[in-house]
Amino acid sequence: MEQKKVVMDTDGIDRSLTRIAYEILERNKGTEELCLVGIRTGGVYLAERLKQKIRRLEGIDIPLGILDITLYRDDLRHSDKKPILAKTDIPFSLDDKKVVLVDDVLFTGRTIRAAMDALIDFGRPKLIQLAVLIDRGHRELPIRADFVGKNLPSSLWESVVVKLTEKNGIDEVVIQEDTQ
Amino acid sequence: MKLLLTGGRIIDPSQNVDAQMDLMIENGKIVKIGKGIHKPGNASWKSSAGEITVIDVRGMAIVPGLIDIHTHLREPGFEYRETIQTGSAAAATGGFTSIACMPNTKPVNDTRSVTEYIKKKAVSCNIVNVYPIAAISVGSEGTTMTEFRDLQDAGAVAFSDDGKPVTDSALMRSALEYASSFYMPIISHCEDLHLSAGGSMNEGFVSTELGLQGIPAIAEETMIARDIIIAEYTKTILHIAHVSTAGAVRLIRDAKERGVKVTAETAPHYFTLTDEALREFDTYAKVNPPLRTDRDVIALKEGLKDGTIDAIASDHAPHASTDKEVEFEYAASGMTGLETSLGLSMKLVHEGILTMKGLILTMSTNPAGILKLPKGNLKIGSDADVTVIDLDKTWLLDRNSMRSKGKNTPFHGWTFTGKAVMTIVGGDIKYRELP
Amino acid sequence: MKLARKDILGIKDLSIDEINLILNTADSFIEVSTREIKKVPTLRGKTIVNLFFEASTRTRTSFEIAGKRLSADTINISASTRSVVKGETLIDTARNLEAMNPDAIVIRHSAAGAPHMLARMVKQSIINAGDGAHEHPTQALLDMMTIKEKKGKIAGLKVAIVGDIAHSRVARSNIYGLIKMGAHVIVAGPAMMLPRDIEHMGVTVHDNLEKAIRDVDIIMMLRIQLERQQQKLFPSLREYSNYFCLNRQNITLAKDDVLVMHPGPINRGIEISPDIADGPYSVILDQVTNGVAVRMALLYLLIGGKQ
Repeated sequence: MEQKKVVMDTDGIDRSLTRIAYEILERNKGTEELCLVGIRTGGVYLAERLKQKIRRLEGIDIPLGILDITLYRDDLRHSDKKPILAKTDIPFSLDDKKVVLVDDVLFTGRTIRAAMDALIDFGRPKLIQLAVLIDRGHRELPIRADFVGKNLPSSLWESVVVKLTEKNGIDEVVIQEDTQ
Repeated sequence: MKLLLTGGRIIDPSQNVDAQMDLMIENGKIVKIGKGIHKPGNASWKSSAGEITVIDVRGMAIVPGLIDIHTHLREPGFEYRETIQTGSAAAATGGFTSIACMPNTKPVNDTRSVTEYIKKKAVSCNIVNVYPIAAISVGSEGTTMTEFRDLQDAGAVAFSDDGKPVTDSALMRSALEYASSFYMPIISHCEDLHLSAGGSMNEGFVSTELGLQGIPAIAEETMIARDIIIAEYTKTILHIAHVSTAGAVRLIRDAKERGVKVTAETAPHYFTLTDEALREFDTYAKVNPPLRTDRDVIALKEGLKDGTIDAIASDHAPHASTDKEVEFEYAASGMTGLETSLGLSMKLVHEGILTMKGLILTMSTNPAGILKLPKGNLKIGSDADVTVIDLDKTWLLDRNSMRSKGKNTPFHGWTFTGKAVMTIVGGDIKYRELP
Repeated sequence: MKLARKDILGIKDLSIDEINLILNTADSFIEVSTREIKKVPTLRGKTIVNLFFEASTRTRTSFEIAGKRLSADTINISASTRSVVKGETLIDTARNLEAMNPDAIVIRHSAAGAPHMLARMVKQSIINAGDGAHEHPTQALLDMMTIKEKKGKIAGLKVAIVGDIAHSRVARSNIYGLIKMGAHVIVAGPAMMLPRDIEHMGVTVHDNLEKAIRDVDIIMMLRIQLERQQQKLFPSLREYSNYFCLNRQNITLAKDDVLVMHPGPINRGIEISPDIADGPYSVILDQVTNGVAVRMALLYLLIGGKQ
């Protein structure tokens, strides 16, 4: 029997993102040198939403980049499955920028490690911060998020799925037992 | 020593015979053919003439020993590819009692000494009859004629520069005229070297797709046309080697209708495979002339059926792996044939293209006639060269168990029906796999 | 979807899905070459041997750059320094290379089928960088990528390939690829340069440049090789260029937005006039840029994961 539980709905997600937008502005004292980089694919939509919220709050459009971390993954050599490579698009210099990396779920930390390696290849940011909608624990690397929508303790036999309107037609976060 | 084959189906085109009979051999000659020579129940018995070995070949065909008029035994000079010993063993395994070998050895068989060497070596091997074919030109270089009379006297049965065409038309004319004056055939390898230059397979759709330089059918046909015209004009005897194209069959058919004294052979691979066999760049299927197309295969079969093509010859061309395990265009041309020739040709019988009698005509009687050998029949008093064929035996070809040194066959793993199970040369059993 | 094959030997063997996967992946790799640090760690610790039996500066360089931008170690072995002159066979070379355990071998050879032979013998991935007049798959892929990039599609386009079709591996690979992707392909050249039964490959055949390029979307000019003159394939360069050189006059027969492509190196003034080669229709340098991306994509797709 598959156990499935909705842990966040549309309003919950929106409230979390609003709070995160405030926190980002507060921590960075405004939008100067601030930019967002969303990690494909879920992080991109969340970064886009954060950008809109910041514009509403500050009236300023901050730069948004898209990062595909496939080429930096540490599990390529160990996996039979070759992930489809998608485009990276960071149309601005990262030098001396305050970069907020955005992803949907923070889990082992390996994706974030790959993303930071990639960012460093693009330039020398002043600082890198991390914003995630869900932190489900089980870190395998010394990485923590600066901005967290919701801490969600989970077991390794569960999976956490963030569904977003842009790709899934619905906004919700679901925790379910892994079918495997 | 007497040998009695009992209950077999005797097929002898020379006597127009295809019937169940016994055949008696004594002192290397065929001495008796008829029904009921055998007294049933005796594996061997004493007759007035002494001990007789009786072999029951019921259900099998007894045919005049097969004759292959186009082989390459590679000795002297290329013993790493084949020797007279291994080639002869391969011949006996394939049902051949006589083979004629081409002169492209090293040195080329263009002198009495080389011809005599081959004869002597073959006699000491004592397996099958080996008939050397001597070169038309010194070194097969196409300039100076060899000493035809002396070579004939030494044992040569025909002249050919096989592997190379005689490009000089005047030399071809002289060779035809001189050889015909003492009834020797000229065997012509027909290829216009300008048209075939750089080619490694048939020119057509497959060569276009593979990006390999092609050898067009016209490279063969223009040369056949020239040779026929010369033979017609000089009223000489011409034999065309390894015919591979539909156009060539037509040229020969037309020439025969006009009364030109031309004969022709084709090889089993030309009526079995097409250039599609080269899709994976299989060097084992690289031959010269090249494998052609379906259209050519159909025309060759028609030519065999209507007698335009007189003989099936193997063009047995053994090569070492080093000759073949290289890039396709660098690979040597040729495949082994002595051990697959009968199996492949039997398919013509299964397809209804030839009768068994027709098959033996093209594999024994006609080949003997082309080279004027006193062979190719089961007449009383003839040399006891006899092949026993199990027409129903199904067998699988494994290149590694072939007798030939050359393992270069594209037919590895093929299944055949019909196999020579006993090869008798001059009354002696040289190959036997009968129970 | 992944590329479930060991080797890339020719476009003929590739499915439409595979071609799309390669082109889409290549498209994502374009960006890497525009970075300040043009290197990703994807193939760190992998070894790629470029085994070139035929001189080729641009293809070899393109493969080398592709490998290096993916952090692979690339080794070039060229015919001039190779043991082939000492009589070593391709088989020996292959077995020796195999024993050194590279991950991929890129091979260019003047003999058609040489990469296929290598692929049968060794366990490593083989990429055909051009075999005789047979195939040049990476060239066709970069050509298709360029067409897709500039025209947004391949299906429905009219593409003329002009020159020595008989001896061109670029022509063959492009014919296979473009037809698979739905284009209409026209080939043209002097009659002696049109190989037998070429129309059975599904192309329209012309022995006249003007007829071939009328209303086409793409013109691919092939390099004419001077040594073919000896093979009786054309009377002289002068005669060839008089009748088969793409120039300012005859290009007006093609569509207004025609793209001019050339696999290089160009014989300026012989198959293509300099003003056309450097003019607004020309995408010849885009082809070169895309060549690196296509080769990165292939290396990634073939050896990027677990072997």
